Amino acid sequence: MSDDTIDLKLFVWRQEGPDAPGDFQDYSKYAKGVSTHASFLEMLDLVNERMSADGERPIVFDHDCREGICGCCGAVINGIPHGPQKQTTTCQLHMRQFENGAEIYVEPFRAGAFPIVKDLMVDRSSFDDIIQAGGFISVRTGSAPDANEIPIPKESADASMDAATCIGCGACVAACPNASASLFTAAKLAHLNMLPQGQAERYKRTRLMIQAHDDAGFGGCTNHRECEAACPKGISTDFIARANRDLLVATVTGKDGRLV
Amino acid sequence: MTLKSNAPTGDIEKRWDKHRFDMKLVNPANKRKFDVIVVGTGLAGASAAATMAELGYNIKAFCYQDSPRRAHSIAAQGGINAAKNYQNDGDSVYRLFYDTVKGGDFRSRESNVYRLAQVSVNIIDQAVAQGVPFAREYGGLLANRSFGGAQVSRTFYAKGQTGQQLLLGAYSALSKMIAAGKVEMYTRHEMLELIVEDGRARGIVVRDLNTGKLEAHTADAVCLCTGGYGNVFYLSTNAKGCNVTASWRAHKQGAYFANPCYTQIHPTCIPPSGDYQSKLTLMSESLRNDGRVWVPKDPKDATKDPTSISEKDRDYYLERRYPAFGNLVPRDIASRAAKKACDDGFGVGPMVGGKRTGVYLDFADAIKRESKERILEKYGNLFEMYERITGDDPCETPMRIYPASHYTMGGLWVDYNLMSNVDGLFVLGEANFSDHGANRLGASALMQGLSDGYFVISYSMGNYLARVGKNDIKADSSAAKGAVKAVEKRISDLIEIGQKGSTHPDEFHRKLGTLMYDYCGMSRNADGLKKALEEIPTLREQFWDDVQILGSGTELNMMLEKAGRVADFLELAELMCHDALDRDESCGAHFREEHVREDGEAKRNDEDYTYVAAWEHSGDHANPKLHKESLEFEYVKLSQRSYK
Repeated sequence: MSDDTIDLKLFVWRQEGPDAPGDFQDYSKYAKGVSTHASFLEMLDLVNERMSADGERPIVFDHDCREGICGCCGAVINGIPHGPQKQTTTCQLHMRQFENGAEIYVEPFRAGAFPIVKDLMVDRSSFDDIIQAGGFISVRTGSAPDANEIPIPKESADASMDAATCIGCGACVAACPNASASLFTAAKLAHLNMLPQGQAERYKRTRLMIQAHDDAGFGGCTNHRECEAACPKGISTDFIARANRDLLVATVTGKDGRLV
Repeated sequence: MTLKSNAPTGDIEKRWDKHRFDMKLVNPANKRKFDVIVVGTGLAGASAAATMAELGYNIKAFCYQDSPRRAHSIAAQGGINAAKNYQNDGDSVYRLFYDTVKGGDFRSRESNVYRLAQVSVNIIDQAVAQGVPFAREYGGLLANRSFGGAQVSRTFYAKGQTGQQLLLGAYSALSKMIAAGKVEMYTRHEMLELIVEDGRARGIVVRDLNTGKLEAHTADAVCLCTGGYGNVFYLSTNAKGCNVTASWRAHKQGAYFANPCYTQIHPTCIPPSGDYQSKLTLMSESLRNDGRVWVPKDPKDATKDPTSISEKDRDYYLERRYPAFGNLVPRDIASRAAKKACDDGFGVGPMVGGKRTGVYLDFADAIKRESKERILEKYGNLFEMYERITGDDPCETPMRIYPASHYTMGGLWVDYNLMSNVDGLFVLGEANFSDHGANRLGASALMQGLSDGYFVISYSMGNYLARVGKNDIKADSSAAKGAVKAVEKRISDLIEIGQKGSTHPDEFHRKLGTLMYDYCGMSRNADGLKKALEEIPTLREQFWDDVQILGSGTELNMMLEKAGRVADFLELAELMCHDALDRDESCGAHFREEHVREDGEAKRNDEDYTYVAAWEHSGDHANPKLHKESLEFEYVKLSQRSYK
């Protein structure tokens, strides 16, 4: 391990609030001598500390676990949500991915349904709204049967887990030309709809969550698959096809509880 | 005040049943008249809020993140224990109870631990019913794996993301109750004060992190589910936002803080790579099943390519010192041994703060023995994570690891009902001290958080509310207004100093972390602790003189948030050192260098220290007052832990 450092040409989006105008600011003078072993957020920490020392207000960005699982962090880095490395959140992206002298533009996840709070921080509460519409299996605490009562084929459990691995960061929305949250919504639907426990509410859940998705102002899916490419957990767009199929069944058969 | 655990007596198997029958109930129609505040939405908070809302109580839930789904329970990797005995390998409720008491080195309450083991089975049922996709066998039934400190396979897991899946389960239950209108959810709100009047917790003061607005919320009871204080060490495996503020505010309002010196340092984390390091990432302990730990015998080889160092020039120190367990010694022993190697100058990796803090974890032999494919099958995702962070491929060059602060067994004192000594203030999950004694076993944190939230608080809350009735203090009362005023003053003081100050809050936090790792970390001694007790107040004075905060208190201000949290850590740190100094014995994760057995293990002093140390705040800059709750061991015989 060596002590490699790089100098960056760093431009960061600054915006005071949801309705204020924003623009890129050049912070290259604070982004010199950055260790290539630092993470992207540690680079921003360093820039912030240097800015503060100059009396300049630090850049606001969301972050928490810094190990790629909480889904808090996320910025569009040179046009790509979470930056250039595949299946990597912003906090897990490290500066060795960049060349000395690299030009880096950092901006927030942009979507009508994700209003900007400040600088790089956006309001993703519309994701919570989608889950509240039906992203659960109704089971009161204490009323569960024994856990081994229902055998679940390993393949179904594994496929459900692949969908459940979503961290709710919103990169899929930022990557989509339609600002659609179809991948997020479909992943939660697949997680629950593929399990035996999820069958009772399957079609109602599908209709209600997709309705909540549309109501929140997210666009529709037109199969660009940019979401899958940007997803830090590599969630497959196959799940969107699955959700559409369930929605079709729900609508045509009335299994969503509207007709029966 | 004498501390009453309120733990039932009699046959341990029947205590919880008997207690449940003895507790008062609130009739279903009356539950809707009661309001309960839940602070924190991790496993304990989300499960408690959802469960109490299902029962009919009106819940207000608060979290500092932008969504309740992001609480740090989400980062737990390994698994959750339950005494299901699906493996038919001899497990039972009694064995889980026994292992947990022994693992905690006989410093926990038997009644609590037994209840934890009892409800562990219900947690798995509940999680599966919610759709938590635990790993399964080909026959479709649940799979288990074994974990440290146990000889049975009782750990349920969902890949390396068990915490995430359990939290998403609790979050989904919470979301359902939010949609049903039974939970009012306040995201990006941080609790800054507890409202107490006539000895009863009446509500909290929160700050809206987006606008800086302060608000008082009152309720009939308050539940703190705000996690541990591992970030007192600055570098830890906790999320950046994890803090002690909610617990500390409650402590200053009268709640006793129990066993603050019991902190767990996890042996296998990725070491710091430079001064900019902001947190440490845990690598699953399972790696020690196949990796061999070593350092070069000659410190000059520290920067040499490790693969070029010949066998005879390597010191496999765990295998040398602990021939029977080798690389699989318990967490605390592995951590201390790594620290010793580095303190003695044998560390590897980059110089950080004048020291090389890393040891090698080498898979070359395992790859030779089993093939690279087989090793990648077992640890592929961990190897990828390691490579992403360090840029090194563990198949080509050994990993570097170092211990990091991970979990805190200490916390606010609670009785058997999870209520603190302040009436109406309940504390759940990692934030309380209750179940892990002086050391927590792997896969037991998730179990405790969910046990408290799903299956304990639902009963004890009813019992409390039936006894005391409605709280008549409202948000516009003088008690509530006074609490808001106190927070306003604290913030304006900070801002006033901050405008002139020149040192970033993180800088103070880093200094505090170094102090704590040095003097109150993996091993402690009286001289070091006394030194820390001199240095921490000095650092605190410097903080209150020179901390820099740009901007104001009435807007989104992350420097202010950070400064407020560091201020509380600076006070907690001192209490931790008092506690560590008072506990003149070694037990579990609390290792006093003065008390070592011949075989190098922790030497307990049961005669004098079989008690819970519950500390009362007695004013700023005054020494805290110690209260003792003595511990009785009727079922598990006091014996020395041995893993040789």
